[in-house]
Amino acid sequence: MTDIVVTGVGIIAPSGRGREAAFAGVLSGRSAVAVDDELVSMGTPVTLACRVPAFNPDEELGRGASRRLDRFTHLGAIAAREAVAHAGLSGDDELITAINPDRVGILMGSGIGGAETWAEEYPRYLEKGPGRTSPMFIPRMLSNTAAGTIAIRTGARGPNMTVNTACAAGASAIHVARDLLRAGAADVMIAGGVEAGITGLSVSAFAQMGALTKNPDPNTASRPFDVDRDGFVIGEGAGVVILETREHALKRGATPLATLLGVGASADAFHATAPPDDGGGAILAISRAIADAGLDLSQIGHVNAHGTSTPLNDVAESRALRAVFGAHTDNLVVTSTKGVTGHTLGAAGAIEAIFAIESLHAQSIPPTANLINQDPDIALDVVSGTARNHTFDVVLSTSMGFGGQNAALLFTGA
Amino acid sequence: MSQDLLPLFVDVLTEEFGIPAEDVSADASFESLGLDSLDVVELTLVLEERTGVKLEDEELEHVRTVGDAMAKIAEKQA
Repeated sequence: MTDIVVTGVGIIAPSGRGREAAFAGVLSGRSAVAVDDELVSMGTPVTLACRVPAFNPDEELGRGASRRLDRFTHLGAIAAREAVAHAGLSGDDELITAINPDRVGILMGSGIGGAETWAEEYPRYLEKGPGRTSPMFIPRMLSNTAAGTIAIRTGARGPNMTVNTACAAGASAIHVARDLLRAGAADVMIAGGVEAGITGLSVSAFAQMGALTKNPDPNTASRPFDVDRDGFVIGEGAGVVILETREHALKRGATPLATLLGVGASADAFHATAPPDDGGGAILAISRAIADAGLDLSQIGHVNAHGTSTPLNDVAESRALRAVFGAHTDNLVVTSTKGVTGHTLGAAGAIEAIFAIESLHAQSIPPTANLINQDPDIALDVVSGTARNHTFDVVLSTSMGFGGQNAALLFTGA
Repeated sequence: MSQDLLPLFVDVLTEEFGIPAEDVSADASFESLGLDSLDVVELTLVLEERTGVKLEDEELEHVRTVGDAMAKIAEKQA
């Protein structure tokens, strides 16, 4: 099968902006969770969130960006610009000039789309009436606008799609982009995930579900795999990778950063939001990725886990890993970077794929922030405290979305 | 008398649309200010809030410049 390589990455995450800063942030183990002034002002039952570092959309993306585009599109455009430049596809601006942009496709994942736009516009519609509805509502809100905007900014005119598997969307986008490359639909794919869903409405609703932590202390709130975890902290961000065949990368003189060895996807076919106790669907996704890659279990040394810090997810995920890897589970070094970043929802799969690639390069695995007392029901070697140096060849990144939609990605060095 | 509306347009276009005040004149076309048809519809919503006058879709068909819009509003205010 044709080798698919990663030749560029771009990221804006609660742990930092840009490839180096975002990974340094998770390596440090310092949680980005903070009391969110906006949520406090709205009186939401939970007021902790993980925001990305502040930025001015109009200065960074051009006049009118804050008015015409939702925050999730700002994040996607910022991450895509970095990735395209990192891969050596663009010149001084974002336009792709190094290769034919008609052969560059875009595959983005988002769970919600323009959450802020919904939150702002619907009250205005109720208060002022249909005649005052903004004509920008639809283009701002549509979940495919990040992908569409990246195309406008880069000139990429290949296949352009958006997938939604909720909190697995960023990983699913990378999966589908890989398949489009193998099908010959494009020479290069810009793929990733994006989310900006920290609104009063969504935070209130996640809280009503019992999905968010009730812990008010930012320094311990997001604590994947800890016995005292009681829910996730909502985050936001975007991660974008550039994928192409190895042959194409080498022909144009690009330096591959990593190889995407395998992808797997599945459904739980079980419940709208809860995973089955045994991690049933996740087992299938991980097994399929390993079979797709043609790997022996023993070749996998590190898992960047979904690890949301909810009671249900973390234990089901650990059972899924045990079910797939058997005795080799004890050799896996596991982390969840969500202790630092919170749960960036539809962006998480792509952000964590980038952290997995960075860990491969550094041969260093970020700690799971705030993990003090590991849940005795979670029989995994989870990194806590400080980053751990570890020699490994292959990393698994897992993602599980509401709706019971699961994704797994496997990367190795270039 | 439609010229009396220029300060309002300068205000709205700078505050709401981020356009430099010196670019706004009666002769300036919306296109030259970087506003597309969706922006112009949004502009009419803001102007309606400020003046009480609503420019309908069919009235916008011949509105190309700031001056055209000022004249239409003045005409409806009269």
